[in-house]
Amino acid sequence: MNDTAEAIVFDKVGKTFDNGRVKAVVDVSLRVTTGEFVAIVGGSGSGKTTLLRLANRLLDADHGYVRIGGQNVQQSDPIALRRSIGYVFQSAGLFPHMTVAENIGITPRLLGYPETDIAARVDELLTLVRLAPDNYRDRYPHELSGGERQRVGVARALAARPRIVLMDEPFGALDPLTRDALGDDYVRLHRDLTLTTIMITHDMTEAMLLAGRIAVMREGRLLGEGTPQELARSDNSYIKELLDTPRKQAARLQAVLADRSA
Amino acid sequence: MFSDPRWSEALSRLPDYLGNHVRVSMTALALGMAISLPLALLAYRRPVLRGFLLGITSIVQTVPGLALLALFYPLLLALSALTASWFGFGFSAFGFLPSVLALALYSMLPVARNTITGLQEIDPALTEAAEGVGMTPRQSLTMVELPLALPVIMAGIRTAAVWVIGTATLSTPIGQTSLGNYIFAGLQTQNWVFVLFGCAAAAILALAVDQFLALIENGLRLRARTKIIWGAGGLVALLLATLTPSLTVSRATYVIGAKTFTEQYVLSALMSQRLEAVGLTSTPREGLGSNVIFEALAKNDIDVYVDYSGTLWANQLKRTGIKPRDELLTELNAALSRWKIMTLGALGFDNAYALVMPRKRAEEFGIRTAADLAARAGSMTIAGDYEFFSRPEWAALRTAYNLNFRQQRQMQPDFMYAAVASGEVDVIAGYTSDGLIAKYDLVVLDDPKRAIPPYDAIVLISPKRADDKALRDALLPLIGKIDIAAMREANLRAGNGETPSGVAKWLWDKVSRR
Ligand SMILES: Nc1ncnc2c1ncn2[C@@H]1O[C@H](COP(=O)(O)OP(=O)(O)OP(=O)(O)O)[C@@H](O)[C@H]1O
Ligand SMILES: [Mg+2]
Repeated sequence: MNDTAEAIVFDKVGKTFDNGRVKAVVDVSLRVTTGEFVAIVGGSGSGKTTLLRLANRLLDADHGYVRIGGQNVQQSDPIALRRSIGYVFQSAGLFPHMTVAENIGITPRLLGYPETDIAARVDELLTLVRLAPDNYRDRYPHELSGGERQRVGVARALAARPRIVLMDEPFGALDPLTRDALGDDYVRLHRDLTLTTIMITHDMTEAMLLAGRIAVMREGRLLGEGTPQELARSDNSYIKELLDTPRKQAARLQAVLADRSA
Repeated sequence: MFSDPRWSEALSRLPDYLGNHVRVSMTALALGMAISLPLALLAYRRPVLRGFLLGITSIVQTVPGLALLALFYPLLLALSALTASWFGFGFSAFGFLPSVLALALYSMLPVARNTITGLQEIDPALTEAAEGVGMTPRQSLTMVELPLALPVIMAGIRTAAVWVIGTATLSTPIGQTSLGNYIFAGLQTQNWVFVLFGCAAAAILALAVDQFLALIENGLRLRARTKIIWGAGGLVALLLATLTPSLTVSRATYVIGAKTFTEQYVLSALMSQRLEAVGLTSTPREGLGSNVIFEALAKNDIDVYVDYSGTLWANQLKRTGIKPRDELLTELNAALSRWKIMTLGALGFDNAYALVMPRKRAEEFGIRTAADLAARAGSMTIAGDYEFFSRPEWAALRTAYNLNFRQQRQMQPDFMYAAVASGEVDVIAGYTSDGLIAKYDLVVLDDPKRAIPPYDAIVLISPKRADDKALRDALLPLIGKIDIAAMREANLRAGNGETPSGVAKWLWDKVSRR
């Protein structure tokens, strides 16, 4: 597989709910090549989560195609497909009756990895998401903070060494410092292992700092996609506004700080 | 209070009653769970099946426990007849089997309902996460959904356990020994010690099982292994402690049946003592329904009991015409031999419906027979039990003697005698062997036209024991020995709270001297 091989391709996919009354995803085409890090941004209810679910067949498209590694997902076994793709759920989705270690080790266990390998892998991943293994391994999800839970969710997605990782607002509940650090760590991992990543985020700054390419969704449609520079040339007012937000925030921040020091 | 001999008698029966109670209720619970759990798993995502399952089990739940148990007996009887004619084997529709089936059915609703609710209440985000990490539907069920629903399911099992243990007390009339034996016997013989003992024992058993299950439930909820082990260990210990005595109890040779009224308890105790006197062991099977007991004898589930000629004539032979005493007995013997049942003989008294009134008033009006009543009936009130006025005996009496009373009243049998003694009613349809006849100084009016069939108390022996000489020899001394006066006094004593076995001893003392 060479670097420009297609990893995930959405080809004119559409998805409706409630007998067509809710058009969650409308005619979206997006091509993600191996090793790419794509961020999806867009308002609440714009169809981001739905699009992501179509990729590992948590949902099936009404029309259009989704291809993973060149193969139409409709022709692949959904169970095997999901085990091969890391997925971080918007609300972490940890199993409350399993310890942190059991949660992280679930997919390797389903794949029949030896228990000793799983235990070692769990500790490795806990360290990666900056949770001390000895302290966290045997806790239950209700004994974790929201941010800690999200980190365990990221660790769980990576446990079975997937080539593709889909993340639905993985860092939303984290404090800015951890968030930055974890984002950087993840990007390094993504690069070192040549992962292909799609990450949903509400935070434009985060999208621009982490992702090589950004896709903007609105009302189920893909408004535009490209590198931050390419998007900046877009004449769509919504995209312009979205891109402007971080700059405006920075300017305001500067003004506030200047005021204070004066 | 505890020096009362009835306490020690109650206690001496506890191993047998409790062991059987635990055996039948735990088997029923296990069966009920084995059926309703898989059904609930099958149904919880299928709305139609789910509605069907919950609907059926709810309907079953609305049937009173006693009726449900009573229904299973004829059902199994018919089924047994079918298998016998189709496959050449029948099975016993008596006791354990119908009780287990009815109770299992009874336990299904709470288990099914809680399993379904428990599974439905799981956060959809979690089932989606299970799918997302790559679980198959079965893995999602066993690794995520069932563990999360387990506390709710356990709560359903606890409810079912308590219901089944409580309702199992009602399996006595269909021949399953249970803690209900105390209650049924106690209610009949006014032995409140027995009633209290039976209720308390059932309540304590239910409470104990519930608490052990609660421990398991908490253990599952809090993932505390020690709690689960304590709860399960407690349950196993309880089962062993209650079942072991009833399993090791030496298999008694003879089973003596008794229906649900005082006289029957006394006679069963009397026969048991006669067997014991010649070194034969026996076990009582008391509180059996009138139809159940005959089938049980015919099927060799019990070995011996006392029935009444008129009852058999009408219920088992389905005959309506009435014959003189000796002719009826001869015909009855012939008919019973078709079932291979042996009649040992008549005890010497009969327990029939009869018109009864106070001696004083009868003498005053010069009334000796039912025929003498005709002229005065128009100004008199008659009372009978709840079924008397719809029975053929009443129709026969009315036409034979042209009786037209001013008013008919239905009454609880125990109150009738006092009512006629006090003059509240003029005549009652009483039972000839009732002890209250002597107590209130009442007379039984003659029936010269023989409108009411004879109800001689006769000893019946099961097909299996028909040629058992030891049994016959042990019981023969009773035949023809018990006159109506002796039986009435015995019934009066038993009705006043003396234990049936005590009364039976007294009765034997009295009649054996003759
Ligand atoms: N299972 C479902 N049934 C019905 N409607 C749904 C379902 N899932 C999503 N929708 C609808 O589809 C639309 C898109 O939902 P989606 O979850 O993809 O939005 P989103 O972009 O992820 O929003 P957010 O940023 O708030 O997570 C919404 O209008 C939502 O109400
Ligand atoms: Mg979403």
